[in-house]
Amino acid sequence: MLSCVNPDQISGLAWLGCYLSTPKHMAFYQSFLIVLLLIGAVAPLAILLGLLSASASRARFFLVRLPGTLYIAMVRGIPDIVFFLFVPLALDQGIEYLRHRSLCSDQTGSVWQGNDFVVCDIAKMPLSSASQWVHDFYGFSLAVIAFALVFGAFAGNVIAGAMAAVPKAQLETAAAYGMTRRQVYWRIMFRQMWIYALPGLSNIWMILIKATPLLFLLGIQDIVYWARELGGAKTSAFSYPHPDWRIWYFLGLLAFYLMMTWMSERGFAYLNKRFSQGQSMVFNQQKEGA
Amino acid sequence: MSASCLASFQDYGLRAIGYGQRILPKSDITLCDQFALIGSGLIWNVFFGVLAVCLGYWFAMVLAVGKASERGFYRRFSSGFIFLFRGSPLFIQFFFAYELFVLLPKVGVTLDLWFVVIDLETRWLTRAWLGALLVLIFNTTAYSAEIFYGALRSSPRGEIEAANAYGMTPWQMFWKVQWPNMMRLAWPSYTNEAIFLFHSTTLVFFSGFPAWRQSGDALYYASYFADKTFNPFVPYPIIAFYFIVLTLLIIFIFGLVNRRLNRHLPDARRPRLIIRLNLIR
Repeated sequence: MLSCVNPDQISGLAWLGCYLSTPKHMAFYQSFLIVLLLIGAVAPLAILLGLLSASASRARFFLVRLPGTLYIAMVRGIPDIVFFLFVPLALDQGIEYLRHRSLCSDQTGSVWQGNDFVVCDIAKMPLSSASQWVHDFYGFSLAVIAFALVFGAFAGNVIAGAMAAVPKAQLETAAAYGMTRRQVYWRIMFRQMWIYALPGLSNIWMILIKATPLLFLLGIQDIVYWARELGGAKTSAFSYPHPDWRIWYFLGLLAFYLMMTWMSERGFAYLNKRFSQGQSMVFNQQKEGA
Repeated sequence: MSASCLASFQDYGLRAIGYGQRILPKSDITLCDQFALIGSGLIWNVFFGVLAVCLGYWFAMVLAVGKASERGFYRRFSSGFIFLFRGSPLFIQFFFAYELFVLLPKVGVTLDLWFVVIDLETRWLTRAWLGALLVLIFNTTAYSAEIFYGALRSSPRGEIEAANAYGMTPWQMFWKVQWPNMMRLAWPSYTNEAIFLFHSTTLVFFSGFPAWRQSGDALYYASYFADKTFNPFVPYPIIAFYFIVLTLLIIFIFGLVNRRLNRHLPDARRPRLIIRLNLIR
């Protein structure tokens, strides 16, 4: 068994083994799980938002159609990183503002005092007395919402296109059989569109994977944070002194992402083959490179 | 009011490239300050974007031809390069490149005094203007090469056969037949790529590369204002506005090129630019 009590007395592989199993490294490995968790939480939310906005953008009523088209168009025209910085901050302030208004209604005066955003203590979100765990969870949730908003718009764009690609003849046939608009939507359109949406959705999935390091910008202790933290040069005051090793940590991250995209590519190639069975179209060849 | 607005443009309009007030506005931040400073940061976004597109274009063409090559070595090298830069996040690429560039002089052999120029160059690599630019060039090279490769594969076969029949050399055939077709087919996607590239220049100063003397890009200043004023509702819409204008400008310029590339086709058969914006890399 390895004994890591006195790291300065061991060397070579044993030292490396002990170094790589310090509590901080365990936190580093856990942050990979956070990345996977983020992808897992954002993907279904984005699909849901995409479905809602795409359906809304095809609605008959102008007032329903407007927010759908506006949402899709707005997110596409502005650098997404701006959204990632803006949405969590704006949401955070919005929640605190509402809580301030309802919980501390006796306090008059604006919450924006000069260059400060001031709410009363019990309106803070989360409460300053809350444990670290709550703070982390709150920050992560805001990040999930920001990601879901941006990727929901991407998905909405793809799904709207897929809905338009479902052969008109099929929809007309359904209508001729006496199906209501709702039935046509759920029984024909909703089921047929996925194969048209798959190339676009796989693109978005890749982009989602590659967007996860932006978590770092939201102040979450993700893999980029730990790579910088652990890789930085450690003097002999630390139990595992080493020079600047950040390059190796980032090399590891690079390998992690390349592996993720490679596996996803394989997965989507398989899905595409499965879904195309029995379809007489060649659309899956027009998968784009951009 | 308008005099003070002019003053803030004089103070901060070129702040991002080192002219004007040295100290960033700290208190009493006016709307004009925000417009001026964020606008000056846009200079860097344009610098990175224009240079990366102009240089990456040529590399991308070489790589696209390489990927379509019949020689195994060229094909593997090009495919590997493209996978490396398209398969990993640009953000991580920036971090990795920065750490690499920082290590370079230490790793490298001691330089002779005659090679002062080279010594300077390795130091420059850790600065955003060269280091980040290199990463952006490689990144856009990979993405554009994939687009060009797709276009190269779908160029009409008959035209190549005709060129062969005319006895064109491979060099002539490439420049007179394949290249114009490749550009024509790839241009709509390439326009999107150029827009993404301009958008992703906003990542530079958030990814290891330090903003030397607080000379940063538009997003660097926007987040500075959001931090200082605790009010994200002013600086972020401003940068959004700037970028929408920039995007429209790119669409206009690339649209002109698109029209020229397809000038021999009747209107109905000309490919339209379908702008699908804003995907992160």
